[in-house]
Amino acid sequence: MTQYEAIIGLEIHAEMLTNSKMFCGCSAAYASAPEPNTYICPVCTGLPGAMPVVNKKAVELATLVGLALNCTINEHNTFARKNYYYPDLPKGYQISQYELPIASKGYLDIDTPSPLAPLPKGEGNDDSLRPAGEGSGMRVTIRRAHIEEDTAKLAHEKNSALVDFNRAGVPLLEIVTEPDMRTVEAALDYATKIRAILRYLGVNTGDMETGVLRFEANISVRPVGSEELRTRTEIKNLNSFRALTRASAYEIERQIKVYENGGIIVQETLGWDDVREVTVSQRGKEDAHDYRYFPEPDLPPLRLDRAWIESIRAQLPELPEAKTQRFVTQFELKEKEARFLTSEKALADYFEGVVSKSKSPAKTVHSWIAGEFMRYINDASMDVKDVPVAPESFAKLIDMITDKTIGASAGKTILTELFTNGGDPAQIVKEKNLAQVSDEGFILEVVTKILNDNPKEVEQYLAGKETILQWMMGQIARTTKGKADPNVARELLLKLLEERRK
Amino acid sequence: MTQTIDTKTVKHVAALARLGITDEEAEKFSGQFSAIIEYFNMLNEVDTDNVPPASDIANAENILREDDVQPSMNREEFFKNAPKTERGYVKVPTVLGDE
Amino acid sequence: MQLHNLTIRAASEMLASKKISSVELTQATLQRAHEVDSKIQAYVTIADDVALEQAKQADERIAKGENITPLTGIPFSMKDAISTRGVRTTCSSKILENYVPQYNATVTDKLADAGAVLIGKTNMDEFGMGSSCENSGLFNTRNPWDLDRVPGGSSGGAAASMSAGLCNFAIGEDTGGSVRMPAGFCNVTGIKPTYGRVSRYGLIALASSFDSIGPMTRDAYDCATVLQYIAGHDPKDSTSYKIQVTNYHENINKPVKGMKLGIPKEYFVAGMEVGVESSIQEAIRTYEKLGMEVHEVSLPHTKYALPVYYLLLFAEASSNLARFDGTRFGLSVSKDAKDVVDIYLQTRHEGFGDEVKRRIMLGAYALSAGYYDAYYLKAQKVRTLLRQDFENAFNSVDVLLAPTCPTTAFKLGEKTSDPLEMYLSDIYVVATNPAGVPGLALPCGFSNNMPVGMQLIGKHLDEQTLFQVGHAYQQVTDWHKQNPGNR
Repeated sequence: MTQYEAIIGLEIHAEMLTNSKMFCGCSAAYASAPEPNTYICPVCTGLPGAMPVVNKKAVELATLVGLALNCTINEHNTFARKNYYYPDLPKGYQISQYELPIASKGYLDIDTPSPLAPLPKGEGNDDSLRPAGEGSGMRVTIRRAHIEEDTAKLAHEKNSALVDFNRAGVPLLEIVTEPDMRTVEAALDYATKIRAILRYLGVNTGDMETGVLRFEANISVRPVGSEELRTRTEIKNLNSFRALTRASAYEIERQIKVYENGGIIVQETLGWDDVREVTVSQRGKEDAHDYRYFPEPDLPPLRLDRAWIESIRAQLPELPEAKTQRFVTQFELKEKEARFLTSEKALADYFEGVVSKSKSPAKTVHSWIAGEFMRYINDASMDVKDVPVAPESFAKLIDMITDKTIGASAGKTILTELFTNGGDPAQIVKEKNLAQVSDEGFILEVVTKILNDNPKEVEQYLAGKETILQWMMGQIARTTKGKADPNVARELLLKLLEERRK
Repeated sequence: MTQTIDTKTVKHVAALARLGITDEEAEKFSGQFSAIIEYFNMLNEVDTDNVPPASDIANAENILREDDVQPSMNREEFFKNAPKTERGYVKVPTVLGDE
Repeated sequence: MQLHNLTIRAASEMLASKKISSVELTQATLQRAHEVDSKIQAYVTIADDVALEQAKQADERIAKGENITPLTGIPFSMKDAISTRGVRTTCSSKILENYVPQYNATVTDKLADAGAVLIGKTNMDEFGMGSSCENSGLFNTRNPWDLDRVPGGSSGGAAASMSAGLCNFAIGEDTGGSVRMPAGFCNVTGIKPTYGRVSRYGLIALASSFDSIGPMTRDAYDCATVLQYIAGHDPKDSTSYKIQVTNYHENINKPVKGMKLGIPKEYFVAGMEVGVESSIQEAIRTYEKLGMEVHEVSLPHTKYALPVYYLLLFAEASSNLARFDGTRFGLSVSKDAKDVVDIYLQTRHEGFGDEVKRRIMLGAYALSAGYYDAYYLKAQKVRTLLRQDFENAFNSVDVLLAPTCPTTAFKLGEKTSDPLEMYLSDIYVVATNPAGVPGLALPCGFSNNMPVGMQLIGKHLDEQTLFQVGHAYQQVTDWHKQNPGNR
């Protein structure tokens, strides 16, 4: 059987976090609008005679993203009309950018390598530009990023559709890659990194379930070793990473099957049916793609001068990649550990906050944050930025564990207490009497009692069932409410058990 | 370059522009369009090899507005002209297929 | 003196000296409109209530002596393409027959602020697409000089409302001669200002890169007065000039002696009506007598202006008119609609007239895959050459003089069967719009008892010179004082 490889390109539509819409002064916070059709005006509902005016902030944010993605910012860029009819598009055209987008020719390095083929030939894509290092990933070329406006929201009813124009005209940035990716994993890696960057820049919340970030995947397959680009299909409106990966994987398999059966792939737009987990054809009309782009006559061109672009560049924060490298060197973390912490800016900031207040090694701070802290906020579906525990408190808590004032299990108890009721860790230790006890006399008493109370288990242990030891340690922790120093307890337990063997 | 705009082409552009059209209309427009396009082809006489398109020329550049929220329009006011509304939404017939 | 033929200046003086109130002037105008307009049909809507309310407010301003402008209390008509909150705005299309805008165009607001009194909205070719008003989706307007003839277009209702004495000034809109051509047919003075000088916000767009709102008046002096109050930068129109508006009356009385008048030779070719040509030649001699230097100049790409203009207009209009889809406003036809597409198809089929359909389809064609470069892009390039023609000409002259139309007003029905022949009647007026330069139309004689118009074309933003040169002419001629009642 022929071996195939996939050719994947991604388009990302990201709403930009502005106060007002792209071309009018209506609030862009449509998600928190009190009622449908309340953030509307003649411009964003396409009333006759209304005219657009460009939102300065949106231009700044688009520039910021372009710079973060190593793009050329086009000093001269223009708006264009994309003409098509749909009830969520009030003017019958979408104002977008076409021939001259705000940003072009950038790249983003990802960790997932391109396993089956060398990088596609082309600008910015020769192998020498791959990030250095063993098993390193690949460079995804960004073809362009352009500004456009979002559409209204359509709710499909049984025999009708309901239109809410609150979202119509919200600024969008569309980021388009070259078809550089060869695996679904690479596409997911790229998408995840773009999301992180957008969040770092404060351009987008990254809340996929609210639809502020949407993917489109262009997919084709070809036999490994072939250089040709075969007909591609486009899967629209992928609103989650899960949908992105499942739909892409499905479509790759589908195309391979078609070729294997001697069929051909037709260029078409597909939708992803999340329930049946299949891609479905969305339109076959031959006129569907004739968008009749032309320069938007209602908007003069943008002419961004160098100095202004540099002033935006100066606003670029440290991005995930750079932060990861810094964490590795500065905190002696493993790359994987650092990458986890920098996956979200709020998390990285929190980590650094704790490290700066703590006397413990950064590695210890990392394991507490990656472990108990994450478990808690995941269980509570809490956002890192909403965590009520001040980094100082968390630092104090970790330091008490490091200097053995308390044991690890007491630490967990205190962390839960900090999350739910707040307070000072030292105070909680006192109030709840959680300080660790290393006093052998006290622990000996407890161990002796447990052995006396559970003769059957002692017998089992002596008969060779060593796992029972762990159960006994648990009993000790329970009896002492976790205060007993586990090292001391274990030593004494083993000693007493050996005595009984005799 | 002479080209006739046949009824098929007329129907195609009518569909692109979402204009309902009858066969008789397509017939009528086809003849008129051919004459008009023929007239437009006069532009082919002009050498424009090194001429930039005028769409790049504007009265102004960088006309930007501050990102301030302005009061929106009253929904009832908006709905006064809307043919069909329901529960605060503009109502349209079923939407089949994508755009 | 009859009230209905007053210039703004004369009416304003009467209001200031309290010889008459704005309410009286408005009532007289409304009364005349109701009497006369059944024959002319200049108005789509006569807004009695709005007019009387605005007149009352104007009288209060005059009584208090506060905030009085030369337009305070003066009745005017407005082309029905310009949005007026609460007053039906149809673009003379069935698709907007019952559309009442929720907001005002910037021009509407500016005139209200100046205290002018809106009498009503005037008929036009549907969405501005036409040269005779016969493409109105509602009814035909007749030329007050001869009811069997057209008033010109597309601002035909506006021109007719002026020449029939149904207002003291009219607001028209010129995309490719739509102010100047009907002004010529109806013996009215009118200006197409520099593109971007007057805000387009609220003007229902025909071709966004050409559309220019401009006044129609009894003389150049009044024209300057009105333009003064509607011109200026508008933050809501990104294509409006930020440059400050000049004082249009500043030079108006200065002699034109020594100034240079250019006569573009390409405008004087075979096919011009004899009486039109002789009137234009007479006007040139008048300027010579006034001491202007007359030079022949060349605008070599003139013959391409018409295809450039129409191609780009079709393209822009096809997109601008996409929003009329029957879902949010205007006509909505949904007989047995199974799908939202049925509403689009049916509404647009029934709502638009043939000329609108032609232009929308040809525009879609010119922009469609495979034709963009050959048509749209090619036209944009030739447009650059048209602009350069004017720039070159203005290196040697101050203003250009040309006819507004090869003929005087033609008969109703004369050109309706052949759309291309109708397009050709715009041959003298279209070039200014792709170039963006201003043009002032002035009455300059009669041919077979019908008015002849000429236009002065100026440099970008140099309306001041146009008014000066136009005013000088009207100081020594009285063509502009002729009206169907006194000739």
